Amino acid sequence: MSQAKPPSDKILLEVKGLKKHFPIKRGILFSKQVGAVKAVDGLDLFVREGETLGMVGESGCGKSTTGRLILRLIEPTAGQVMFDGVDLLSLNKSEMRNMRRKVQMVFQNPYASLDPRMTVGDIIAEPLRVHNIFSSSREVKKRVRELLDCVGLNPSYTERYPHEFSGGQRQRIGIARALALNPKLIIADEPVSALDVSVQAQVLNLLNDLQAEFGLTYIFIAHNLSTVNHIADRVAVMYLGKVVELTSNKNLYANPKHPYTIALMSAVPEPDPEFMHSAKKRESRIVLEGDIPSPVNPPSGCRFHTRCWEVMDVCKTQEPPLVDTGDDHFVACHLHPAVGETPLKTAG
Amino acid sequence: MAEDVLLKVIDLATHFHTEEGTVKAVDGVDFEVRRGEVLGVVGESGCGKSMTSMSILRLVPKPQGKIVRGQLLFEGKDLLSLSEEQMRKIRGNRIALISQDPMTSLNPVLTIGEQIMEAIQLHQGLDKKAAKNKAIEMLRKVGIPAPEKRVDEYPHQFSGGMRQRAIIAMALSCEPQLLIADEPTTALDVTIQAQILDLMREIKEKENAGIIFITHDLGVVAEMCDYVCVMYAGKVVEATDVFTLFKTPSHPYTVGLLKSIPRLDDVKDRLEPIDGQPPSLSKLPKGCSFAARCPEVQDICRQKEPELKQVGVNQYTRCLLRDEWNPGEPA
Repeated sequence: MSQAKPPSDKILLEVKGLKKHFPIKRGILFSKQVGAVKAVDGLDLFVREGETLGMVGESGCGKSTTGRLILRLIEPTAGQVMFDGVDLLSLNKSEMRNMRRKVQMVFQNPYASLDPRMTVGDIIAEPLRVHNIFSSSREVKKRVRELLDCVGLNPSYTERYPHEFSGGQRQRIGIARALALNPKLIIADEPVSALDVSVQAQVLNLLNDLQAEFGLTYIFIAHNLSTVNHIADRVAVMYLGKVVELTSNKNLYANPKHPYTIALMSAVPEPDPEFMHSAKKRESRIVLEGDIPSPVNPPSGCRFHTRCWEVMDVCKTQEPPLVDTGDDHFVACHLHPAVGETPLKTAG
Repeated sequence: MAEDVLLKVIDLATHFHTEEGTVKAVDGVDFEVRRGEVLGVVGESGCGKSMTSMSILRLVPKPQGKIVRGQLLFEGKDLLSLSEEQMRKIRGNRIALISQDPMTSLNPVLTIGEQIMEAIQLHQGLDKKAAKNKAIEMLRKVGIPAPEKRVDEYPHQFSGGMRQRAIIAMALSCEPQLLIADEPTTALDVTIQAQILDLMREIKEKENAGIIFITHDLGVVAEMCDYVCVMYAGKVVEATDVFTLFKTPSHPYTVGLLKSIPRLDDVKDRLEPIDGQPPSLSKLPKGCSFAARCPEVQDICRQKEPELKQVGVNQYTRCLLRDEWNPGEPA
């Protein structure tokens, strides 16, 4: 998505070796750990200031968990999350709470993420009150009205309750709440997937407008590749708890490198019947066999080797790191070796 | 051609009586399904697409809901004139439903095999052993590995894609003439969706059944369907073949819908959304129900209700602003 202002080269967020293993316990009285769901298992990525990074992957690949780990809504098992020069994982509770002013979240389900017993005004004012931004309630009210106006809702709606709004309007309320503290980074977890097609476009356009107006950086998590490719400047493709490819949306569409990305792209049905019914499409479609392996016991070596049609012997034993293959195109695959020495561009 | 028509729906209307007034969930739906053809029914939530399929199966929730008007001619017989007992012989046998959510449409306390056998025993009168063999054969047909073993497993032991395959196996077990697939891949990931769509295409070609494919995903429509009905606020607003629909859409709603979706092959700076949201079905405005969101709206649209009329060789539209097709002139 091209913006009025191109994203800078400054890296706002860098994640290295992030892990989250959810323990599996057996027994009630003397429960012991018998295994772990490796939801996120050694994830690397970086986000530049002012850009939108899209994260795609199928259910269970760990994309939502990653969003929550960055905000420390769940505690990571290991890894490093550098935000604006600060390691978020080294902060204590109150420091982290302060940091959340700068990193906010928009949730997937606009029906569940707004308290039905609070008015819209109270919902949007809550972050302002929690962080004691204003001394008088008059200022809070003024800011709330300003925010409603920002997201395209009538400022007089402050006394209404969430049930009086449609899905698209509720998602706008969720966005207004995320904007309240003037954050730098907004993590949006499937913000449009619960909305109707014609309303999705309204919310996507709103997110774009707000980014241009406030210089926001987004991490946009979604399972729909077309939506992500539309809104994002760069896209991270995830498979079984890891990023397998990270590059610009143009590179990803024109020149996908990781076999999983290629299969994923070819599986997306395009709204073009002539192409979809053509022999070319039938031939180019790669239908992956079987299901995603369990994250409890991920395959050895490259996690995709059990379903990959280009699998080599080395894939079964050695795990490929995410490396720069040139032209800002990072891939974790033995078929695509690194250009130069740097495994991943580091901050600073 | 005429004997190829499997189901003809004429002016179907299903209304619900609620405290807030009459909700016209389906109110003027006409279409035909032919053998070996996939009819797509597209629309946003609440447009009445699922209730249309429930009406065809006569599974409208009682007593609030009622089919108030219309005809459902299935192989020449009006389904609405049948007794409940006769209808039960058709449901799951001649007409089968593939439902949306593979997580909730299977019974968690029965094995997959028992659930497939139920329909086979009921409709085909096979004994338990023969029915089980048939169930195994059906599971093999839809690509479940080791079906002899899998047949005795419970739904929770199946992944989402496999559950949807099991539901398809169940729907196909009595060799139905008409399959109604209500968002069969919406709950699935794209790579699994591709597997299921392949399977359904195979079934269409092999069994020569008619399929009604309900979805909101225009990409899936482009891939699967031969003929498409676009629904809005309980009515069919446009009906045409899939190529015409995407090349020269006629109804302003269809045009808007096609412009509002992001595409992989054509990344735009801005999407063009349709303003506003669908109207409440209990308080439909006078005139055309799309008038409030229509970019081409005229005064007359708020007064006169449009009829579905032919606007091209194979294209029907419910819009006052489109001219009726005159076969004498080029369309």
